[in-house]
Amino acid sequence: MNEAKAVEVRSVSKSFGTYQALRSVSFDIGANEFFTMLGPSGCGKTTLLRMLAGFETPDSGSIRLHGREVLDLPPHRRRVNTVFQNYALFPHMTLEQNVAFGLENLGWDRARIRARVGEMLERVHMETMARRRPGQLSGGQRQRVALARALAPDPEVLLLDEPLSALDLKLRQAMRDELRKLQRDSGITFVFVTHDQEEALDMSDRIAVLGAGEVQQIGSPTEIYEEPANRFVADFVGETNFFDVEVLETVAGQATVRTPFGLVITAPETGVAGRRRATLSVRPEKVNLGDQAQGVTMQGQVVNKNYMGGYTHYTLDIGGIELRASRRNASREGDAIAAGETVNVGFAPLSARVLAS
Amino acid sequence: MSDSALHNPPLDRPHRPRPWHNLPFWGLLPTWVLMGFALLVPVVIVAAVSVATRGTHGGFTWDFNLASYRQILFNEGWTGEMEFTPQYLMIIARTFVLAGATTLICLIFAVPVAYFIARQTAGTKAVLIYLVTLPFWVSMILRVYAWMIILGRGGPLPRFLESFGLPPGTSFMFNDFATLTAMVYTYMPLMVLPVFASIEKLDVTLIEAAHDLYANRWTTVRKVILPLTAPGIVSGAILVFVPSLGAVLEPTLMGGGKQMMMGSLIQLQFGGGRNWPFGAAIAMTLMCFVVIFLIFTAHRAARKGDVA
Repeated sequence: MNEAKAVEVRSVSKSFGTYQALRSVSFDIGANEFFTMLGPSGCGKTTLLRMLAGFETPDSGSIRLHGREVLDLPPHRRRVNTVFQNYALFPHMTLEQNVAFGLENLGWDRARIRARVGEMLERVHMETMARRRPGQLSGGQRQRVALARALAPDPEVLLLDEPLSALDLKLRQAMRDELRKLQRDSGITFVFVTHDQEEALDMSDRIAVLGAGEVQQIGSPTEIYEEPANRFVADFVGETNFFDVEVLETVAGQATVRTPFGLVITAPETGVAGRRRATLSVRPEKVNLGDQAQGVTMQGQVVNKNYMGGYTHYTLDIGGIELRASRRNASREGDAIAAGETVNVGFAPLSARVLAS
Repeated sequence: MSDSALHNPPLDRPHRPRPWHNLPFWGLLPTWVLMGFALLVPVVIVAAVSVATRGTHGGFTWDFNLASYRQILFNEGWTGEMEFTPQYLMIIARTFVLAGATTLICLIFAVPVAYFIARQTAGTKAVLIYLVTLPFWVSMILRVYAWMIILGRGGPLPRFLESFGLPPGTSFMFNDFATLTAMVYTYMPLMVLPVFASIEKLDVTLIEAAHDLYANRWTTVRKVILPLTAPGIVSGAILVFVPSLGAVLEPTLMGGGKQMMMGSLIQLQFGGGRNWPFGAAIAMTLMCFVVIFLIFTAHRAARKGDVA
């Protein structure tokens, strides 16, 4: 991790009535990091973001921004800016005035504000529309202006609250790249909140997976996807097959388990040591079919087949147990396996994961 | 369905004139009739009376005469010379000052009240809005009398203040303060409701965005909340200011009738003064002021239309 810490969250808890939104959450965010808080709705990610901005106060715990305790600072005294989910552009102001708003409140002089507003609008390719009002813009354009407005005061941390969720698919793809580029160019710490795992995996330096008010795992996108810390993370991030297994032995991060297929395999484990029962997670794309089947190999019947264009999903029946597999359609004949066919099914034990159930 | 109907698309059907072919016209007819009889005709009658001639024993004759309008500004001497008298102008000015003060005070009280109500849960909101409109269920004259009791000699307010050293027997009645109190009380709901409506429509994240962008409370109110709730404030101001100009009951009962407003002046002319043409002339003058005021605000609203 980076030597300088932009954000330090320590034992933060928060309840709304009887509902506990956050249970003693702690983590650090490094300077210049693109940090994502990922989780289903109600996991507490938005509450955390609003605490960083100053709109919510934790019941207990502390929050430091660049080493300075901020819990006693109101939102307008924190060097933090937010890109809101619905953008929250001021409808009665032009784009210029929107972007200038924060700078005026910081007491910048006119000439400097003018220059900065021009620069920011140019950076998000909105300079030709400076005199328009938000009502005249499309969703993507509003998004850019909201970004320009939040970045203009050069905040210590930029908070993004599901900023892409209101955009259509194509635009979302483009904005991801743009956001990543903006983050690299500006060198500002981004704290991004989303429930979209693909977004999180694509953009982040590190991801914190939140569930039930707790941090389930923090790590790089690869770590989160390939080495999930528990069943919740494996389930929430990406598709996977879960099997209840019996633990025979755990040695040096590897667990030997008896699978419901009757096979005994040895795969990497997390938190399984000392348990008798565990969950085996196998990602569908790690499952190989037909003559590509290697590693643990079994026979299975194709029960269902969903052609998705770029790839095909197969549902297989292996001695009464269901297994989902997906295969990239590398050629036109990529989906040559027909429903009802019996094929070889295999996966490499190293690509599977034994998790505490 | 017959065979020919199947083969003829509806557009090719021969055009038959139907009695209801001009639905907008017929549909709106009741409105036109009502507006005509309830609004236009009375205004025309008042306008006509205002240029009629006053009869010797009250009443009037249909002789065209602008004397009533002249009377607003000039006093006709014995020999027919015109002498400028500011007394009616003073009443007009007083009316505007009192109506303006009513509007301003209503605004100052209504904005926090409306803001408070708008921030409540849906159920509480409905109850509070109901409470705001509650006074409308009681006759206005009763409400004014209630205020006369509250402010009058031996009433709750003087007695309460007497316990803090106010000389006994004090009355707050029969002055501009009393008039203003009753007017603010009467018209307050008309200000609260539209202001509430526009504050409720206000997106809370805009206020958060303002704070997020380093605006303190006052800057947020000035640069974000006020501009965005201006339409509600303007309509509230109109709803309070316009009827305040024509207030009769409050200045008569609360002000003691010594200090007149235009409304009570008009009432006096049609009643005890027995000078219908003069009353009508003042009424027309008042209406002209109101129309000018409304055109002015409508014009401003239209110019800012793209904002709201």
